[in-house]
Amino acid sequence: MNTTNPGRKFLESIVPPLLLFAVVVVVWHACVLGFHLKPYVLPAPLAVAKALVNDRAILVRAVGYTGSAALCGFSASLLIGTAIAFVFSQSRIIRSCGYPYFIFLQTVPIVAIAPLIVRWCGNGFQSVAFVSLILSLFPILSNGTQGLLEIDPDLLDLFRLNNASRWQILTKLRFPSAVPGILAGARTSSGLAVVGAIVGEFFVGYGSKRFGLGYLINTTNDQLQIDRLFAAVFTSTLFGIAIFGLVNLISVTILRRWYDGPVEHRN
Amino acid sequence: MAVSFGPSRPVLKEITCDIHEGEFVSLLGPSGCGKSTLLRLVAGLISPTSGQLTLAGLSPVAARRGDQRVAFVFQEPNLLPWRSVADNIRLPLELRGLPRREHAERIESSLKLIGLTADDSQKPPRSLSGGMRMRVSLARALVTQPDLLLLDEPFAALDDVLRQQLNEELAQIWMQHHWTGLFVTHNVAEAVFLSQRVLVMNKRPGTIIAEIKIPFSYPRKPELRADPDFARLCGELSQQLREAAR
Repeated sequence: MNTTNPGRKFLESIVPPLLLFAVVVVVWHACVLGFHLKPYVLPAPLAVAKALVNDRAILVRAVGYTGSAALCGFSASLLIGTAIAFVFSQSRIIRSCGYPYFIFLQTVPIVAIAPLIVRWCGNGFQSVAFVSLILSLFPILSNGTQGLLEIDPDLLDLFRLNNASRWQILTKLRFPSAVPGILAGARTSSGLAVVGAIVGEFFVGYGSKRFGLGYLINTTNDQLQIDRLFAAVFTSTLFGIAIFGLVNLISVTILRRWYDGPVEHRN
Repeated sequence: MAVSFGPSRPVLKEITCDIHEGEFVSLLGPSGCGKSTLLRLVAGLISPTSGQLTLAGLSPVAARRGDQRVAFVFQEPNLLPWRSVADNIRLPLELRGLPRREHAERIESSLKLIGLTADDSQKPPRSLSGGMRMRVSLARALVTQPDLLLLDEPFAALDDVLRQQLNEELAQIWMQHHWTGLFVTHNVAEAVFLSQRVLVMNKRPGTIIAEIKIPFSYPRKPELRADPDFARLCGELSQQLREAAR
């Protein structure tokens, strides 16, 4: 029986990190004052807060662009990753042929191939979304493949005894069994998709006056506007956490049907 | 018939036996003697290394694909957690492509057989107790109206009172429907209570070392367990089992 109050549990999970944040801000402020740090080395917390307020319109627009590209990349990796996992689950030969290349995709430095992506996809939204896709594909693919393959042998026997077809085994057994794995992968991928979009924006623009967080981070750094850089990084982080939280909430809601009691992700 | 996993690992050797239509037979043996392997052979889930096994004159797989319905109850309930009780019971009907209009009636009657209400049928399996889950697993096997029901220590994880109660219910269901039953267990009292015949197996490589007829008539009531003849048979079989485990 679960008797803990969800409101209290939420407070317990959010208050300690906020306290730590307050401590860090105080220490940060003290350091800036105590060591007479120049604003282009480390701006004071208050300066960053001011930049956040002044840049709010730009930041909100940037989140909109980056978020759309990340959402596009993430949705594509969810679809493509699951589809490839389906194919991999059906044939050991295809799996052993293809799997190493996806590990390659995971390990290749994205910075190195980004110019290539621009060459192929052109300058603009689609290239940013593509970088986001490349970075976020692997967790869904690998968790999905694992989930589709790791089936209780007794359950497979049950299906075989009832003369189930390959398709029935895939749709009625393998896919539902893989849902927790795919969702765990999606949770990791959602954060990576945001990182991917920001990295993509380092190389690719959306056109004049339309820019995302990555471009903002890049240009404010070049112009030594470190307070604005901090504001952009802070916004990116908040945005990443929000996306992660949203995907987590969705997956926990779905997983309630799969597991008993409080739902924790495997992996 | 014999089975081995690799040349130096024989699991079963020289198994020869006949099981008649409508008969209830238990396979009794120490843990690891290959009882479950034998059950999987009968189900056609694995093939013998040498020798032959037939169901109604056909190989198990051919019989299963033909008109013989074979159902299997596992040690674990093995219910699909994303399906409700009713949808778990429906699974074999879906897989076998039975028309949907026939589902409701079949599910209802097998729920009734195992003593679950329509209310229970909409619950997820996780909200049921261990005994209830096993009942649902049994209902999922019975819903196919099997010709042959294979049971692999289905009640091993349950407490004694629940086990006895389910034994009584199972014997009752068998009496009503007369499928052929092959029941694997290492519990002597369970084997005697349920079966018409008990086959005792010895340790690996498994083989049948004794065959004992159980003379009690059906229906078998709980009082049977207090019968001196019941106790004598249990004692005899326990002795056999001890020798088999040596």
